[in-house]
Amino acid sequence: MERDSNFILGIFDDEDVLLNAVKDVRKSGIKIHEVYSPYPIHGLDEVLGYKRSRLPIAAFMFGLLGTTLALTMQFYMNKFDWPMIIGGKDFASITFVPVTFELTVLLAAFGMVGVFMATSNLKPWGQPRIFDLRSTDDKHVMAIDIANNASLTTEAISDVLKNSGATEINRKNFE
Amino acid sequence: MAQGTNYNLDQKFDFTAGLKKTVITVGVAGAVLLVLGILLGMFGGHGHEGDADHHAFHWSQRLFANLWINNVYFTGIAIIGVFFFAIQYAAQAGWSAPLVRLMISFGHWLPIAAVLMLGTFFIANHDLFHWTHSYVYDKGTETYDRIIDGKGAFFYWPLEKGTFPVFFIVRMILFFGFWVFFFNKLKNLSQQEDLHGGNSYWYAMRKWSAIFLVFFAVSSSMSAWDWVMSIDTHWFSTLFGWYVFASWFVAGLSAITLFILFLKDRGYLEMVNQNHIHDMGKYVFAFSIFWTYIWFSQFLLIYYANIPEESVYFIERLSSDVYGSFIYVNIGLNFVLPFFVLMTRDSKRHGVFLKLVCTLILFGHWIDFFLMIQPGTLGHNGGIGLMEIGLLLVYASAFVLVVLTNLSKGNLIAKNHPMLEESLHHHI
Repeated sequence: MERDSNFILGIFDDEDVLLNAVKDVRKSGIKIHEVYSPYPIHGLDEVLGYKRSRLPIAAFMFGLLGTTLALTMQFYMNKFDWPMIIGGKDFASITFVPVTFELTVLLAAFGMVGVFMATSNLKPWGQPRIFDLRSTDDKHVMAIDIANNASLTTEAISDVLKNSGATEINRKNFE
Repeated sequence: MAQGTNYNLDQKFDFTAGLKKTVITVGVAGAVLLVLGILLGMFGGHGHEGDADHHAFHWSQRLFANLWINNVYFTGIAIIGVFFFAIQYAAQAGWSAPLVRLMISFGHWLPIAAVLMLGTFFIANHDLFHWTHSYVYDKGTETYDRIIDGKGAFFYWPLEKGTFPVFFIVRMILFFGFWVFFFNKLKNLSQQEDLHGGNSYWYAMRKWSAIFLVFFAVSSSMSAWDWVMSIDTHWFSTLFGWYVFASWFVAGLSAITLFILFLKDRGYLEMVNQNHIHDMGKYVFAFSIFWTYIWFSQFLLIYYANIPEESVYFIERLSSDVYGSFIYVNIGLNFVLPFFVLMTRDSKRHGVFLKLVCTLILFGHWIDFFLMIQPGTLGHNGGIGLMEIGLLLVYASAFVLVVLTNLSKGNLIAKNHPMLEESLHHHI
């Protein structure tokens, strides 16, 4: 049972208590696995020490891909596949801009959503690990991986949680 | 309210003598350049004297065209200050609470702009607007112009076409009159709030802001037709009002951002932090793209349809050896530069990038108005020379002088703004 999927959960009722608790817990040297809450809490990712998301970089890359695809497609179609002169315009004209713009936006948006779902394990066949169902209702759940805090005893971790305002302290094992 | 904090809410901007001297020096330098430009125009040879169908070009025409560019441009920046102020209240925005005083202070330029614009029109109407010549309305003569005659009522109603443009002048006075009225109303309410506090002033400002925005929606568009589009009298574009508004808005936002950064550098507006500046950066970034969208929409449809009476507008500019290159400068400064420089989060949060981009955007949108006004008034006699740079500097220094003088008269921060506390915790 004492494997890497063994967690201590601190259950919190109030977001302000939670924010302070996160600071306290991290200050005492405990590594937090993740915090689950029913709604976004302002400033939580900062006290957890999370780095800024790199999602915008992915969006930019996908946008660039969209631009390239759109220009290649139009160039190929109008130059090699089926050259047409419409309204006396030469082919490499600014009429490419709307299609290029649309494909850039489309691929950036799709790519961003796709990357987000992949990194968040939100795929249809994914099995999300539910620590406590009440984190979708009215409780904030702080999960601490025991294996990541091998230098501390579970009692010590529980004490820190209790002192920082957790209303319940539970254990959760994943097979 | 943010009484519990250490910020000095009664802080006033000190317009020091040294600073005043710097601003005036810029203006004087501009005036010297302007006089040099005029002298060059008077005595220097210009290569197009022997035009067959045009009477000889006179340097004063170029001066008038420049006056008109700067009148329209700086009126725009001034009214955008009031407009952005009104947006904050109508949208019930909290983040901008410490910045509203700066925005509204731009409106002090409006009465001056009104006088300048009316004055320039009365002196220079024939040099600026083709439709002011009465001969285009003489039926049966060689100079009769059927298209302008068809549009004439929009300028001259209820009088005879070709006499005195009552409708045009009335609109100009009406627009400026109401803009100044709304500016004074909002400014006074904001000052009253400082004295008495309470939420009632905020509600009153929200109400007046909403009314102003409805009026501005119509008047900004119509003023663009009147003051800019009617220069190319035959030509029309149905989104021209938006185009001018977008150009004004980006220029105004850049000016507001620059003033914020300037005040922060001198130790004012302590409440304003990187998050507020980030928001201003996002506005500049977003509306630069909005301007591009409008510009391109207008261009693409005209280019694609290729109807001679529409495409003449762009042919006049793109295939001209005077204006052709400025089209690319326009797109480069107003789209490519802000798009790539302000794309990242960091560049919107650090003053160095914003100062650079906003300054260049301000110049870029002046070029935008230059491209709207000069080809139709001066033709191939236009261009950017000493006169243009000089007069721009004179106007810019006068504008800064008016704004800073009036800013120093009151509190920099609306200290009883009900959302000051919210703005303090603004975080993005």
